[in-house]
Amino acid sequence: MEFESDLNLKATELRLGLPGRDESEEQSSSCVKKNKRSSSEMDSSSEHQESGPSAPKAQVVGWPPVRSYRKNVLQQQKKPESDGSGMFVKVSMDGAPYLRKIDLKCYKNYFDLLKALENMFKCTIGVYSEREGYNGSEYAPTYEDKDGDWMLVGDVPWDMFITSCKRLRIMKGSEAKGLGCL
Amino acid sequence: MAYSFPEEVLEHVFSFLTSDKDRNAVCLVCKSWYEIERWCRRRIFVGNCYAVSPEIVIRRFPEVRAVEIKGKPHFADFNLVPEGWGAYVYPWVAAMSAAYPLLEEIKLKRMVVTDESLELISKSFKNFKVLVLSSCEGFTTDGLASIAANCRNLRELDLRESEVEDLSGHWLSHFPDNYTSLVSLNISCLGSEVSFSALERLVARSPNLRTLRLNRAVPLEKLPNLLRRAPQLVELGTGAYSAEIRSDTYSNLAEAFSACKQLKGLSGFWDVVPSYLPAMLHVCSGITSLNLSYATIQSPDLVQLVTQCRNLQRLWVLDYIEDSGLEALAASCKDLQELRVFPSDPFGAVPNVSLTEQGLVSVSEGCPKLQSVLYFCRQMSNAALVAIARNRPKLIRFRLCILEPRVPDYLTLEPLDTGFGAIVENCKELRRLSLSGLLTDRVFKYIGTHAKKLEMLSIAFAGDSDLGLHHVLSGCESLRKLEIRDCPFGDKALLANAAKLETMRSLWMSSCSVSYGACKLLGQKLPRLNVEVIDERGPPDSRPESCPVERLYVYRTVSGRRVDMPGFVWTMDEDASLRFS
Repeated sequence: MEFESDLNLKATELRLGLPGRDESEEQSSSCVKKNKRSSSEMDSSSEHQESGPSAPKAQVVGWPPVRSYRKNVLQQQKKPESDGSGMFVKVSMDGAPYLRKIDLKCYKNYFDLLKALENMFKCTIGVYSEREGYNGSEYAPTYEDKDGDWMLVGDVPWDMFITSCKRLRIMKGSEAKGLGCL
Repeated sequence: MAYSFPEEVLEHVFSFLTSDKDRNAVCLVCKSWYEIERWCRRRIFVGNCYAVSPEIVIRRFPEVRAVEIKGKPHFADFNLVPEGWGAYVYPWVAAMSAAYPLLEEIKLKRMVVTDESLELISKSFKNFKVLVLSSCEGFTTDGLASIAANCRNLRELDLRESEVEDLSGHWLSHFPDNYTSLVSLNISCLGSEVSFSALERLVARSPNLRTLRLNRAVPLEKLPNLLRRAPQLVELGTGAYSAEIRSDTYSNLAEAFSACKQLKGLSGFWDVVPSYLPAMLHVCSGITSLNLSYATIQSPDLVQLVTQCRNLQRLWVLDYIEDSGLEALAASCKDLQELRVFPSDPFGAVPNVSLTEQGLVSVSEGCPKLQSVLYFCRQMSNAALVAIARNRPKLIRFRLCILEPRVPDYLTLEPLDTGFGAIVENCKELRRLSLSGLLTDRVFKYIGTHAKKLEMLSIAFAGDSDLGLHHVLSGCESLRKLEIRDCPFGDKALLANAAKLETMRSLWMSSCSVSYGACKLLGQKLPRLNVEVIDERGPPDSRPESCPVERLYVYRTVSGRRVDMPGFVWTMDEDASLRFS
């Protein structure tokens, strides 16, 4: 939804109150001095007052009645992962002139991911086995994990993989032999 | 005429009376009962630290072992009480250190506690056992170090939601090596790291430890170390619930949890990584109290966890649970008594989650034991409130906060008078009520007519005129605490019901229309009330008498005006007009 300005926003809102109520709200907030606890979150949000559709409304001191500690904790925490922004990682293939990027969230399991990689790079990756890795295939998929180590794709549960994978590299089969035997 | 029991017998009988109400009734029977009772009263509760002085308490009750004192008014939680207003505990501690050498317990709420006070506590009471500081401030970790070092018999140290200046995590190491009596430790409000090895050793040598609430800085990887040393824990507050996803961390955690067969309460859960939640699954069936109000996890993981806790009685959660999650909760947790849903984005202009009135209605339908509700949401309807009232006539606490002030019934665009009216009419045992949304004087008529057991009422951005306030003050027989902000209530209702104020603990009014003149009149007429005008614009005398005051705090007291007022507080009394020059 596009909002052109704060004025339009107010006009389309289902807010009924007697005329002049908004003014008194602002009066009460300007009468009351801020004190220690309110300073940080009040200041940062009052900057946003005039900007953008998703900015918080003009704030009144102490409303809504959420304790400072709680407000601070929510602001400090990371947003939950499933905020729709995707999980893009770079994919390189040995010998390919440039890298690609894929969104790991688009895939439900390893099968889907590997099929997609095979399509994207026009290669065959073959089937994973715990003992042999991708031995026998032309290419083997590997990934760099959060510790910076290069791991073979397929060893850990899918959920664990997508949260620890930082980038993918499709290695030539001959080079990947070593990984499969670990 | 002398057919009364010997004193010892009466004392023994009185020892079975635990409630203050009963003990106070006993004191009124006759002089000898008054005398006997006052010598054997061991617990004192002071609901307002300025209602009585320490000296008066000590004079009447010489043998007290446990004291609970509350300071600032509730609206201080939302920054409506300027800093420096008062509620200092030091005078109490100083008086008690001389008078109650055998004191064992001090519980404080919304008070200013200094390191000096803590040190004095630690050195004055040899048998000191319990220190609970709820929403207090003014002390540092140095004060905690004194407590740790000197209170050899300490059982409970609970800092719930206090503001502590964190100078160093080493205060914990001040517990002596031979100190083994810890039963309950709550440090969840501390910002920085405590020395983990000291914590580990403390837990290891505390066989009676039942409650352990860690702070955010304690990493998840280290939690198993503590759990393994305290499998007897009944209440656990985790630290940050996140770690790199590693199978050894996970299995350690799951194993440690499964050894804790007595866990009933869980809290903490900052920064949750959902993959680690299943590690707790084994303990879920025993959990009766779950505080996920800092856990920013979304619905599927959140709902899975909550619905596994089939014996849940109390749930605090963020609105990420959404209507669908609350519906699932209602279906799985039939023992639920208390629900609190907090807003994840209180200042956002648009809703970030799908949580509406429907979630609360579902819970009211599905949970027959529901008695206590705190619910933040963005829309409400009279129909929903009526449904909730009809479903749950046994509600005791109902606090609804619609995020935007003065929002009407979103279906009919009418005020929410009828809905809240249904709540007070059906829920005859209601003791606490917080209103929000668009409300006229009518809702207050309903409240005055029906809410006969109501003890605490919170009103914001509501009402049309003094009539509203008049209905409440004249109708609510059990009212003890009334807090009002941004309402068009003024002098008439207040002065007409002045005597009512002596039957209540306190009245708070901020950003209303009470004039300075009326405050003076109130103070002059009722000497047993402290009428405090709290105004940061300077002396009220410098403005016309008809000018409304910023804040008014009225409370009954037997100790007269207090002596520790800051420059922005004026007490109205008989001499008020003479005091300003």
